[in-house]
Amino acid sequence: MSGMLKEVRLKTPVRDEDLRRLELGNVVYLDGLIYTGREGVYKRVLQEGMDPPEDLRALTNVNFHCSPAASVNADGSFNVGAVTATASFRFSKWLPQWFEVSGAKVIIGKGGMSEADYRSVFVPARAVYLTTVGYGTGALLGRGIRKVRAAHWLDDLGIAQAMWVLEVEKFGPLLVESDLDGNSLFERQNRIVNQGLARLYEGLKPPSLSRYGETDDRGEELIG
Amino acid sequence: MSTSAAVIKADAVEQAAYDVMVKAGIEIPDDYLGGIQAMADTEEGDLSAFVLRAMLENYEAAKQDRRAMCADTGVPRFYVKYGNEAGVEGGPVAVEHRIRRATARATHEVPLRPNRVHPLSRRDNDNNVGINAPEIEYSFEPDADWVDITTVHKGGLFGTDYRMLFPADGIDGIKRFYLDTLVAFGKRGLACQPAIVGIGLGGSKDTSVVLGKQAACLRTVGDRNPDPEIAALELELKEIGNSIGMGAMGFVGSSMVVDCHIEVGYTHTGGMPMSVHCFCLSSRRATARLFPDGRIEYRTDPQWFTPYLRRDSVDWAPGRMEAAE
Ligand code: SF4
Repeated sequence: MSGMLKEVRLKTPVRDEDLRRLELGNVVYLDGLIYTGREGVYKRVLQEGMDPPEDLRALTNVNFHCSPAASVNADGSFNVGAVTATASFRFSKWLPQWFEVSGAKVIIGKGGMSEADYRSVFVPARAVYLTTVGYGTGALLGRGIRKVRAAHWLDDLGIAQAMWVLEVEKFGPLLVESDLDGNSLFERQNRIVNQGLARLYEGLKPPSLSRYGETDDRGEELIG
Repeated sequence: MSTSAAVIKADAVEQAAYDVMVKAGIEIPDDYLGGIQAMADTEEGDLSAFVLRAMLENYEAAKQDRRAMCADTGVPRFYVKYGNEAGVEGGPVAVEHRIRRATARATHEVPLRPNRVHPLSRRDNDNNVGINAPEIEYSFEPDADWVDITTVHKGGLFGTDYRMLFPADGIDGIKRFYLDTLVAFGKRGLACQPAIVGIGLGGSKDTSVVLGKQAACLRTVGDRNPDPEIAALELELKEIGNSIGMGAMGFVGSSMVVDCHIEVGYTHTGGMPMSVHCFCLSSRRATARLFPDGRIEYRTDPQWFTPYLRRDSVDWAPGRMEAAE
């Protein structure tokens, strides 16, 4: 059935008209340059006021929420095996400023952000979110890495948090999770799943001792 | 078995620990692979089915390229089962030291992501070794002269929860908390389902959490608890999990639970503590058995829950001592 999902190949830096054509659930493969950046990088640049290690606007506009399984060889070269995204919702508070500083138009990660975030932060920045698949497709994504261009701040931030600049070819699969109008594939799917939840809980009485923060609305979003 | 049996060499321990780290990181176990293949054949949600097929390709790619299947190493940990008659050169301290060395070397050489950091300073030794890391848990086996070393690389952030339930909550309470955990972590696929779900029932809080994690990570897809009542509950919970309406990545579908395993421990008469754990799409485990003659055998079924481990009560009762004399 996945033959029905449409495949799209995008070159970086991605152009506005490419993003406009993306529909929720399209399968995307990337060619070009991407960089990794998560809390370590965001904190340095946005909280501590350091300049990004490269001119990101000139480099590429794709930010990957990732820590690679990599090691540094004795000669200083890198050995990158697998790459897998890390859950993005934890970085939500940094993104408005990050879009301004970096000019990023594509965020790749795990789990997406909330539709509210897409509407208030991604849409004004004309950016979309692509989610990795599985999420354990580390070997497939690793195959898409042609070369490590740089590993910035490796000594200070460590392998997991450093900013890796990666040259990629047919990097994917990725799924279009948000479009330029701020719609979310996850939330669209969740709304369908939520319809069946009440039936599941039918007849199961709440536990004798409840916990703080407990809600009976299983349709509620827990992230963000 | 002679008491002066040859001891297992410390070098062999390091070799075996290194090999299982590499195998676990790269080769998906056959039982889990079979479970995912079966789900890919029956999944009707187009997005969920796409995810499953991508994962099947990913397992192949990992094996072909000899690269880690998932870049998130999770938190690598070890389970050591000592035969009662086994001896290791240098004793248990040497075993722990060799396991730590093997972890560091495999992290660098595969490579695996150095995931372990100090919780406050966030310091990373870049080798997955640190204070209380990797965890090493032990069990023992009577009438055996071998040592089993198992490693598990379990995703570390989502899909696990604990709750103190009470006898009055009954089976319904178990089902409800189970659903709560799957729904909460299944959305957006945070648990990276379909998962092997492990449930720990009873014991004290720590026992319940340890048993549930072992149930998820150390039993294979298709394995049933020998207690028929527990086995029936395992199958029922598996069924319930797959009828939530949610599949891989939380997309509409039916692929949530590859299998469900329950382990129990005697608990406080007033309580029924319960933990739930999801062993993810990268269900990584590998075991080595070290024999005193130097042989090392590898497998993917840890055979952790032996009849000895699940033993009940003890051969003592009031009055029996006198009777025996
Ligand atoms: S939960 Fe498992 S499959 Fe998912 S990212 Fe973590 S290790 Fe990989």
